[in-house]
Amino acid sequence: MELTTVWFILIAVLWVGYFCLEGFDFGVGMLLPVLGRSDTERRVLINTIGPVWDGNEVWLLVAGGATFAAFPEWYATLFSGFFLPLLLILVALIVRGLAFEYRAKRDDDTWRRNWDLAIIIGSFVPALLWGVAFANILRGVPIDSEMEYAGGFFNLLTPYALLGGATTLLLFLTHGAMFLALKTDGRIRVRARALAVRLGLAAALVTVAFLGWTQARTGTVGSGLAFVLAAVALVGGLLAVRRVREGWAFLGTFAAIGLGVAGLFLALFPDVMPTSLDGGVSLTTANAAATDYTLRIMTVVAVIFTPVVLAYQAWSYWVFRKRIAVHHIPTTQSMTRL
Amino acid sequence: VDPTDIARWQFAITTVYHFLFVPITIGLSAIIAGYQTAWLRTRNEQWLRLTKFFGKLFLINFAIGVVTGIVQEFQFGMNWSDYSRFVGDIFGAPLAIEGLLAFFLESTFLGLWIFGWDRLPEKVHLACIWLVHVGTLFSAYFILAANSWMQNPVGFGYNEETGRAEMNDFAAVMFNKVQLVTFPHVVLSAYMTGAAFVVGVAIWQLRRHRRAADGVDTGDAALYRRAARTGAVIVLVSGLGVLVSGDVQGKIMTEVQPMKMAAAEGLYETEDPAAFSLLTVGSLDGSEEKFAIKVPRLLSFLATGGFSGEVKGIDELRAEYQETYGQDPGAAYYSPGDYTPVIPLTYWTFRLMMGLGLAGMAVGAWVLWATRRGRAPDGRLFPAAALALPFLPLFANSFGWIFTEVGRQPWSVFGLLTTAQSVSPSVSTGEVLTSLITLTLVYGVLAVVEVRLLLTYIAKGVEPLPEPPDDDTPEPDRPLAFAY
Repeated sequence: MELTTVWFILIAVLWVGYFCLEGFDFGVGMLLPVLGRSDTERRVLINTIGPVWDGNEVWLLVAGGATFAAFPEWYATLFSGFFLPLLLILVALIVRGLAFEYRAKRDDDTWRRNWDLAIIIGSFVPALLWGVAFANILRGVPIDSEMEYAGGFFNLLTPYALLGGATTLLLFLTHGAMFLALKTDGRIRVRARALAVRLGLAAALVTVAFLGWTQARTGTVGSGLAFVLAAVALVGGLLAVRRVREGWAFLGTFAAIGLGVAGLFLALFPDVMPTSLDGGVSLTTANAAATDYTLRIMTVVAVIFTPVVLAYQAWSYWVFRKRIAVHHIPTTQSMTRL
Repeated sequence: VDPTDIARWQFAITTVYHFLFVPITIGLSAIIAGYQTAWLRTRNEQWLRLTKFFGKLFLINFAIGVVTGIVQEFQFGMNWSDYSRFVGDIFGAPLAIEGLLAFFLESTFLGLWIFGWDRLPEKVHLACIWLVHVGTLFSAYFILAANSWMQNPVGFGYNEETGRAEMNDFAAVMFNKVQLVTFPHVVLSAYMTGAAFVVGVAIWQLRRHRRAADGVDTGDAALYRRAARTGAVIVLVSGLGVLVSGDVQGKIMTEVQPMKMAAAEGLYETEDPAAFSLLTVGSLDGSEEKFAIKVPRLLSFLATGGFSGEVKGIDELRAEYQETYGQDPGAAYYSPGDYTPVIPLTYWTFRLMMGLGLAGMAVGAWVLWATRRGRAPDGRLFPAAALALPFLPLFANSFGWIFTEVGRQPWSVFGLLTTAQSVSPSVSTGEVLTSLITLTLVYGVLAVVEVRLLLTYIAKGVEPLPEPPDDDTPEPDRPLAFAY
């Protein structure tokens, strides 16, 4: 296999990892006002992702860095082209990350309400915009013969792109509810299960529409297979959560998101950023790639360190495997301790 | 307004801001890991209480460092897409490796450390904070390797066909001679910054304890004294290392970027031996000198290591650069044919960097002297100096970076690509202005929030250790040792 194909797959894997992992912590963030009816309940929700959200976000940073190294032209065109949506995502990720860390640091209702808002909005914005961004990559955007983005902000808001945004939004909400059903106990757990079913049905409808549309536009046999499996996993997850099999249910949305994203990359290949302009140049794994030398070095590094990273990140999930309930939350007096 | 200027302002503001938190993270993670190691070895509870106290301050600081770091990675592509296209083959690799090796390590093990006090065996828990520190060092290494390549591009070839620089020797990029001296310089100054923070906090608390009226538990005085004295030793030792590595750095800089050394002195005419001016009063553009205090031969020493070496001046270097790189570096904000950075800026940032660093070492020595053999520092000047101490290396770092980045201008990659050629052609002035204003406002608000939170927690001081968990509650039902 050509190294450019290997790196296309690796970048797809990084995005799959990012959406499968940060997907549920976006979901948890957005469900804060819905499932957390008191301050203690909201703290239960936040603490289910407390030790892991930052590690989840690193998948994005590595996906960005790997794109820079392996496909510099893709990185340059994508990041400068999608300028304003990315700025919004950046601001959202900034306030959200800080909110987790600072929210409990002051015993003050206004303070906590403000940070709650930061968590909710900071989770909502990227959950929506990542879908919009990926739909636009698949649909094709105006890229001129110099590989520069030649559109504006509103070019990015087509019905297809908005459907993509709704898809990630609803999938992440469902994924978050499944995660909470798995990781909490007591009333929150019951509520999360019920909500997961309702959200999941909406997510299934929108997802099937978006993936079907994508398949009709640029699908291949491979992407079609991945999309069908994604739909099966999502339905399986919903059936499982109704039978109180929370582990299987979470695995269902995890697989649905993973397979869905994998299918999108299969539908994209060998393009990485097709153009919608007549005289424009589509970015492909060939013309956007770094040199063979750089790709070889990066491959060696990735082969050695990716398993190590996966091992210790999985271990950290194992360490914090316990369910969290209201009685696990320390009182305000001791919460400021380390 | 030129979009390049706006993009430069954004890069300057976001990077200087980000780098206020980075050195504290690097330095403080090592110091906290040291405290916790001392606790496990001696079982002296003072060390544990210090670990937890400075651990909290560390987390408040770390959070901003992390979230502002995301901007750093994105803005190369957003604002500097032509730069990204040109250097991606070389510059992207260390960035990606930094993510894979450093960011995962830091974030995962910090999560384990924060929430793992009652979940992990003691030694494993200790290993977590050390791994966080190792992560910060990896991070520093790879990002500095990327920056060093911009200062001194090595291990690459220029591809005429694609118009891109392409890597052909990864080892040369990783072990660039600029990198080999920049890494110790930056990391040691980070240790100095972290330790200076500890000393400042400890001396302030020590002063509070001396005022009985404050009603603070004076039993903790010994603990703060210990933190202040160990911190001051680290300030001094790492400060010495910063000095030595900085000296070597100056000589390498003279070799690979002679204009930067000339700009550091504002030296227009070649001198042999060259004098170093402590301060100069001159015209605004730095081209004319009205008054100066000079140390003879010092610049020769800084640049060449001998007291009689020749140091080339700006005029001679400009002519040389014009011959090598062409008449016009192509930057709108430089006069045509000029390869000179903004002299007053390079001149003063260079002096502020050194001056603040040296002042930090002096205060560190003073702290050690004033607290010797159980002495309690008094007077007015000493506490003021000790409270200023954290800011001395902190701002020295900022000035050092401003110097080294401004001194490289008009280049983004020395000798290859100018800053004006690096900017994103597809991003409009309105967009880049929006991003500059948004990020500056957000960063400004966050700074206020962060500093107030930090001060609150510094004022709280070390806390008593939590009571051991009550044995009546079965283990799975006990409250978390730490919760957000």
